[in-house]
Amino acid sequence: MTADDLASISLVLVYSALAVYVLAFIAAVLGLSARSRTAEQADDLALAERPAQAVLNPAASAAASGASSGSAGRGTAVLERLAAPQPTAVARFDRMSTALVAIAFALHVAALVTRGLAAGRVPWGNMYEFALTGTGIIVGVYLAAQFWRDLRFLAAYATGIVAILLGLATVNFYVAVAPLPPALQSAWLVIHVFVATLGTGFFALGGGLSIAQLLQTRHEAGGLPRARFLAALPSSETLELLASRVIIVGFAFWTFTLMAGAIWANAAWGRYWGWDTKEVWTFIIWVVYAGYIHARATRGWRGTRSAWLALVGFSAVLFNFTVVNLLFKGLHSYSGL
Amino acid sequence: MSNPRSDRPADHVDAPVAPAAPVNPRLSPVGWLRFLWRLLTSMRTALVLLLLLALAAVPGSLVPQRSSDPNGVIQYQRDNPDLFTVLDGLGVFSTFSSPWFSAVYLLLFLSLVGCVIPRTKHHVDALRARPPRTPQRLERLVGFTTRTAAGEPERIVDRGRAVLRGLGYRVERYDRGGELSISAERGYLRETGNLVFHVALLGVLLAVGVGGGFIYTGQRVLVQDTAFTNTLASYDSINPGRFFDESKLEPYSLRLDDFTGSYEFDAASRTWKPVDFTASLSTREPGGDWTPAELKVNHPLQIGGTAVYLLGNGYAPEITVRNPAGEAVFSGPVVFRPQDANLFSLGVIKVPDGLDRQLGMIGLFYPDPIAAGNGALASFSPEANDPILTLEVYAGDLGLDTGVPVNVYQLDTDGLEQLVGRSDALKLGLGDTVDLPDGLGTIEFSGLRRYVALDIHHDPTQGWVLLAAVTALGGLLLSLFIPRRRLWIKVRPGADGVTLEYAGLARGEDPALERVVAELADRHAREFEPVGPAPAGSEPAESAPEGSVGPERRIEP
Ligand code: HEM
Repeated sequence: MTADDLASISLVLVYSALAVYVLAFIAAVLGLSARSRTAEQADDLALAERPAQAVLNPAASAAASGASSGSAGRGTAVLERLAAPQPTAVARFDRMSTALVAIAFALHVAALVTRGLAAGRVPWGNMYEFALTGTGIIVGVYLAAQFWRDLRFLAAYATGIVAILLGLATVNFYVAVAPLPPALQSAWLVIHVFVATLGTGFFALGGGLSIAQLLQTRHEAGGLPRARFLAALPSSETLELLASRVIIVGFAFWTFTLMAGAIWANAAWGRYWGWDTKEVWTFIIWVVYAGYIHARATRGWRGTRSAWLALVGFSAVLFNFTVVNLLFKGLHSYSGL
Repeated sequence: MSNPRSDRPADHVDAPVAPAAPVNPRLSPVGWLRFLWRLLTSMRTALVLLLLLALAAVPGSLVPQRSSDPNGVIQYQRDNPDLFTVLDGLGVFSTFSSPWFSAVYLLLFLSLVGCVIPRTKHHVDALRARPPRTPQRLERLVGFTTRTAAGEPERIVDRGRAVLRGLGYRVERYDRGGELSISAERGYLRETGNLVFHVALLGVLLAVGVGGGFIYTGQRVLVQDTAFTNTLASYDSINPGRFFDESKLEPYSLRLDDFTGSYEFDAASRTWKPVDFTASLSTREPGGDWTPAELKVNHPLQIGGTAVYLLGNGYAPEITVRNPAGEAVFSGPVVFRPQDANLFSLGVIKVPDGLDRQLGMIGLFYPDPIAAGNGALASFSPEANDPILTLEVYAGDLGLDTGVPVNVYQLDTDGLEQLVGRSDALKLGLGDTVDLPDGLGTIEFSGLRRYVALDIHHDPTQGWVLLAAVTALGGLLLSLFIPRRRLWIKVRPGADGVTLEYAGLARGEDPALERVVAELADRHAREFEPVGPAPAGSEPAESAPEGSVGPERRIEP
């Protein structure tokens, strides 16, 4: 098989993965709406059976779930007590979306492998390949995280963001396989770029959890009456804790990325730090997330404010990957569009 | 010890809420200083300064920087002269050495010093202290659980101490009344890591700031079969740091023996993509012999305390100019600067002496010439393949005698007389000789050499910066992933057996703590379980069959 054959197979696999991601996204959205319905029925039941408590003491259930520190959310806590009628729908859609994500991920990995074989090197040497690898890692981190905690309520977020990024990159930035320019021929390409994308995967997940946290905070304060699925999600406090754990791992990877990049720059360009555009943004992202970690330890900054910082951080990550790569001039601009 | 986090700034989430200080409208000068210092070293100030630092770095990515892209700055000035004046006044073209950026990071590091010193003092004390006394009531602590056991209390408590020790806890025995207890603490490394991380950041700043004065970087173009010796005069340009000392240059030599660039044709973009650049050098350290060395992009050559980088390459046609009598008045390779990826190059030949008039020539060099329409040429590939050199010729005062340095790569044609223009340019293939106009003499394209552009750096800070950065990363990992927690085991003998109590206390976030307490209780109490109707006094052996208590659970350290 020639390199061109492999590259075409890779592209077919990418489009297949995209299609399955879209299906997974649909299943995930149905899963969210099933959560809403279940929450509604649970409320009805609660109203019917224990009207006084449910109406007068909404804080009680929140407190109960907060105390059971862990994945048990407040919705599930309510459901367990009331033996809710329809958690099966949620479970069914969750299983479906997870299976679809797993299939899409397998296709995605196959696309990466064939692309790498076609190019005869790691498949992250230009913008299209960065996107291909980066989105694959986001999904990988999402799937791996399920072994840690049940985060399937993020399925719509994860598949949505991946489908959009991968679709845009494939349509706009696809390039044929090409050899690497000498400046990119280095073991550091493998390490630095891979760890950077790994960090990005964790930041992406942390961003999703922070969005959920912000929504949940509003919901707990009586807002967002129509986003009923939130009742089936963990409490905002639990979400914040999850987000911070995930982001801290991402931060450790990012710190390593920063350092590995400096070492590589020293070998390639003769200086370890030169405030090149890409270096500036790597630094900004690092400092914002250091700010996030500090915010979580500063009185008055826990909760909503730190969640916003997490989102500022992830926006900077996305900005760095898209706008900076595309529009800004710098030494990194050989990303081969 | 009642306050677990007195080492933290007052507005740390885990710090006790201080009673509101009485508002004193008239602070003494010392009071003011103390107030300002506390303000500067608070968590909130550190946070705000961090966010400001991120924000202040943004302009540095929006406009070109003098340090990394000086030509971009000039271009910007040309394109937006008015905006440029305003922005330049604000210093955004040198963002990272601007007063405002410097102010932010200096304040941040000042805050860091103020924050780290008291914490270090406190932490050193904590390291020497014994784990705190067991609280009287464990019920309100995390993961509180009780078990009953059969056995001798002293033996049970000793075993508890051993189990905790085995898990890496520092342990202390406290007895009160009839109660025996073990107080255990672990995770001091978390705080150590945090402090190491912050101090190492200071180290990075210091290494860069102070050490930067010793850095120098120099540039040199080295033509094939010529040598360079590391002395100040041999550099084409050099940027010395503040503490640069010429006498410290080690006079090693480099000679370029050969250069190969290999390329692959990319059918999609119809361009040649570079695959590899290799310069074959000979190096000689003072007092030594010439030894071969290879230099590639991404693989600098370390020699004489410097690192030599391969930054560019090109062609240097050998030119020989003879006067009408046939004597050579100019001879040697001339560096031509690449204008495109196929090494179509531009060069200038200046012949100040030996002819009737001073001559200046602007040459275009095509390594692999093809016709590009309109009689113009282009280069099809970067590889030399019947190369062609074309020359425009000017005569007049080249201005080389005024003492003002002149750029060797440029010819100022103002005030010169054009003898040969672009349309009828002299055209030479390799080995060709043609007549110069007006019977001035002849010019020969006598040979072709490669050259490389080298960047030579001396940076004694690298090692230090790397050391500080790796230390910071190590500290960070310790502080992010090591939990710090306290555990207690209380043993209370009663009438019908022994009651065991277990509980923990997290310092910082510790979602696993409850599970850890439960696992400790399982593991410890299991050994002394009153096994149903078994004869009293027969303690289960330590290797009790696992099956009786379900599958062994891993104890998280
Ligand atoms: C150069 C700027 C700074 C950076 C990049 C930075 C970064 C970080 C990071 C990444 C962490 C989390 C990892 C760890 O616990 O070691 C952290 C924690 C911490 N930093 Fe900083 N820091 C900076 C300055 C400061 C300053 C000025 C203070 C004091 C006011 C401070 C106080 C703390 C404290 C108390 C923690 C522990 C937070 C906790 O309890 O979770 N930092 N810092």
